Amino acid sequence: MNINLTLFAQLISFAIFVWFCKTYVWPPIILAMQERQKQIADGLNAAEKAGQDLEVAHQKIDAQLVEAKAQASQILDQANKRAAQIVDEAKEAALTEGQRLKDAAQSDIEQEVNRAKEQLRAQVASLALIGAEKVLEASIDEAAHKDIVNKLAANL
Amino acid sequence: MAGSNPSTQEYISHHLTNLTYGKLPAGYVRDGGTLESAQWTVAHSAQEAADMGFMAIHLDTMFWSIFLGALFCWSFARAAKAATSGVPAGFQNFVEMVVDFIDDNVKSIFHHKNDLVAPLALTVFVWVFLQNLMDLVPVDWIPELAKIMGIHYMKVVPSTDVNATAGMALGVFMLIIYYSIKQKGVGGFAAELAFQPLPKWALPFNLFLEIVGLIAKPISLALRLFGNMYAGEMVFIIISLLPFYLQWLLSVPWAIFHILIITLQAFIFAILTVVYLAMAYDHH
Repeated sequence: MNINLTLFAQLISFAIFVWFCKTYVWPPIILAMQERQKQIADGLNAAEKAGQDLEVAHQKIDAQLVEAKAQASQILDQANKRAAQIVDEAKEAALTEGQRLKDAAQSDIEQEVNRAKEQLRAQVASLALIGAEKVLEASIDEAAHKDIVNKLAANL
Repeated sequence: MAGSNPSTQEYISHHLTNLTYGKLPAGYVRDGGTLESAQWTVAHSAQEAADMGFMAIHLDTMFWSIFLGALFCWSFARAAKAATSGVPAGFQNFVEMVVDFIDDNVKSIFHHKNDLVAPLALTVFVWVFLQNLMDLVPVDWIPELAKIMGIHYMKVVPSTDVNATAGMALGVFMLIIYYSIKQKGVGGFAAELAFQPLPKWALPFNLFLEIVGLIAKPISLALRLFGNMYAGEMVFIIISLLPFYLQWLLSVPWAIFHILIITLQAFIFAILTVVYLAMAYDHH
């Protein structure tokens, strides 16, 4: 156990090694480790944030889905209502048209009847004249008696 | 055992002698002759090494400690150069584990802003560990190899040399003084030494107590490591005196146990360094 110059030589080499370690070894390693630590922390934060975003997106989707369903049922209701309305309108139009056709037919028929009556009247008048001629066997002034016969026919 | 069947005593003392380069005084009787003038030379025996006194240097301690320190610097600097924030692999992973381990410990002990303490603790931990690790190389391998190369003394575990441990402890001691004065000023530091634990009237007593306490720090650092490693090495040397077919019975369990000791001692040295520096920062 001789204490000698080795003591100071060791002191110097110790100092050099500590200096070297402090300058070239420690800072880059610690820096890299801190950087990695930060990256990992950032990554974890990002993952957490993404999870939260996903949650929010899910909620949004749910809300949109509900809204879409409501809208769809509303549209369906409207469509149903509109369809009923169209049917009603069509029914009404058909009824009106039917009525109109019926009225037209009615008036046609009445006209036909009137015309037939007119013809009939005319024919009855002439028949009556002919009959009267035959009955009287005499020549009657057709012009003089025509008014009387027509009046008669008009009463038919 | 060494080849030429030396006595047990010789074998042990041979293993405990450093390769010493130092100054022998004029008139020193050596190898049957007498030195005419003072001479720098490599000691040929433990006695010569002791006679060199303070003006000597342990070449083996210096070589192995610098070699191991350089190994630490080189390998860790390589990892530091390659360090990115990406996925670490292989050796870089190991280095980062060590750095992280040291960093955690330093952060839990040392709460001031200082960018020297953590690298200091890392250097101490790894360097001391590597020095201690040399203890696990079978005791005769490297000395016998050196003998073949013509070197007659080779103590391969630097931390079994009190100069090596005391050199580090001295460095730590200087940092303790430096940071004490830097944090508290010369007056504050002196006041801390003089005016506690007892009031001012007991100043000499306080001074004595505090200075002993202060000096005890590096001495305990140095001697704890030295003592543990010296004793461990001694046990390995004694085990190697057994017949070779019996050695493993003791050396294997002791080596396994020693793995714990060398790590623990390196850790204790590093942590106490940090603790002492934290104390230098704190106001008492």
